[in-house]
Amino acid sequence: MRKIQGQNGVVKRMPEGKKYFLASIPFLIFVFAFAYVPLFGWAYAFTNYSPGKSLFGSNFTGLNIFIKIWDNRMELIRVLRNTLTMSFICIATSPLAVIFAILLNEIKSSKFRKLVQTTTTLPNFISWIVVYTLAFAMFSNDGMVSNLFKSLGVDKTVNLLGNNNVAWVFQWGLATWKTLGWSAIIYIASIAGIDSELYDAAHVDGANRFQTIMNITVPGLYSTYFVLLLLAISNMLSNGFEQYFIFYNPLTADKIEVLDYYVYKIGVLTNDYPQSIALGMTKTIISVALLFTANKLSKKIRGVSIV
Amino acid sequence: MKKNYSISGRIADILIVLFCTLLMLACIYPFYYIIIYSISVPSEAAKGLVLLPKGFNLDTYKGILKLNDIPGAYLISICRTILGTLLTIICSSFFAYLVTNPNMYFRSAVYRMVIITMYINAGLIPWYMTMKAYGLQNNFLLYIIPGAVSAYYVILLKTYMEQLPRELEESAKIDGAGMVTIYWKLIFPLSKPIIATVGVYSMVGQWNQWTDNYFLVSNAKLQTLQMVLYNYLNQANRFQNMTSSAIDASSVTSSITTTSVKMCITVLVVLPIMFVYPFLQRYFVKGIMMGAVKG
Repeated sequence: MRKIQGQNGVVKRMPEGKKYFLASIPFLIFVFAFAYVPLFGWAYAFTNYSPGKSLFGSNFTGLNIFIKIWDNRMELIRVLRNTLTMSFICIATSPLAVIFAILLNEIKSSKFRKLVQTTTTLPNFISWIVVYTLAFAMFSNDGMVSNLFKSLGVDKTVNLLGNNNVAWVFQWGLATWKTLGWSAIIYIASIAGIDSELYDAAHVDGANRFQTIMNITVPGLYSTYFVLLLLAISNMLSNGFEQYFIFYNPLTADKIEVLDYYVYKIGVLTNDYPQSIALGMTKTIISVALLFTANKLSKKIRGVSIV
Repeated sequence: MKKNYSISGRIADILIVLFCTLLMLACIYPFYYIIIYSISVPSEAAKGLVLLPKGFNLDTYKGILKLNDIPGAYLISICRTILGTLLTIICSSFFAYLVTNPNMYFRSAVYRMVIITMYINAGLIPWYMTMKAYGLQNNFLLYIIPGAVSAYYVILLKTYMEQLPRELEESAKIDGAGMVTIYWKLIFPLSKPIIATVGVYSMVGQWNQWTDNYFLVSNAKLQTLQMVLYNYLNQANRFQNMTSSAIDASSVTSSITTTSVKMCITVLVVLPIMFVYPFLQRYFVKGIMMGAVKG
């Protein structure tokens, strides 16, 4: 360590804050390289670049790409319909996790509670590829359910994976199956944080179990739910790529193509880089704007920021 | 608190237990099903299984392990999980340690620059082009390097480190310990609980990750287990789904071995998580609770 002789003969070191800052620079460069450099790729959206060419070999086309997107709007509208429908279904059913957490909290045996919690969170830790195999094993033509129907003499094959009519509900069901137990944990933590004196007081006042839940537990979960709701709303353009990529098939394509999949389709399958980049860029900008709006709202209403 | 022994209370208890049991079965049964399917005699299993395996046959497993791609993919997946997690733990925790120091210059700007990465996403194609430009295409390093400093983990680690008593660090400084010594000898051991949590998250994330493999790695020797499973699924399923309504279910007998192969590979992919998961569950829970404080 560098030491500087001070005026009064006191040994002074190089300012600690400076040293810590210098040590963080390699990490900042790293983060810059992997998270910020890709943003420069957005520049390609304003050119007529095509894969294989160099950026300098392609022409600046200004905002033409948005005209092109506008011309293809029929497809984009369908994609946005799917995206928003899936987000809306998921947001509308998000109280399920709250209900599950409350029910779990009502279980008296702590061993059983732990068992339920462990098993219901397991699906959160497998990849969508594995979810696909499991869904295939259960709900495809020669899956478990079809075979069960056959052995029971019911003349009906179930193929939910290729059924366009139930595609939205099916995808919602899979996502809920995967995340319900995990989403409940945060509410279980919030319930544990509710002042136990409130429960004692309610008990003294003669409140029954249902009244206690409705008047103490549920209000105690409002703020957590509100924050997560705002985050979900600001995230509504991102349904995630993996689920829809894995479950995509021509039979259900009409219902299953969401924005994240569409960005992939235009970019990788159609090879139209500028259009894919422009769509991804617009999506990120809108999402960030939504997040800031949600944050402002949260500050105004609850006095807590969520970011 | 006095227990509620009223009849309606007891009925409610029973209903809750019943509901939770059903939910539990819904979560566990698919895993159970693929396991019994994978150890049954394939031709019997294809006729339908519900609760018990039909016969006992490990030929599919033996066959799979003889295939060239499976053991290699297992090795790649294990390597990326271990190396990627180690790198993430070291880099993210050291960075979190640096920004915990209140005297650090530009501290909040430095911290913010990393946290913002959680919300801005350049998109698929810009990411693809950047990684390619860095020479990470068909490169094992693609699996482990990009996630080394992860915003979410930094938040978890920093939140934990901030509540450690500052005096410990001050007294270590008086004893002449430097920046790295304090981190390695003091902060790292004290942060073990949250490091375990981050380590477990990172391990699961690494094990389940496949999109990087799909978009950028075509080299057969570098395929991960998830990707191999995907390739097996892809070969038959798409076709089956497309033609599903047209084909009589009984004529699909030729795909029997395909199905049992899929089931066996899936079991191999899921097994490590199923074994490790119950032991590590408390670390997951701790993480989500800490994340709730500052998410």
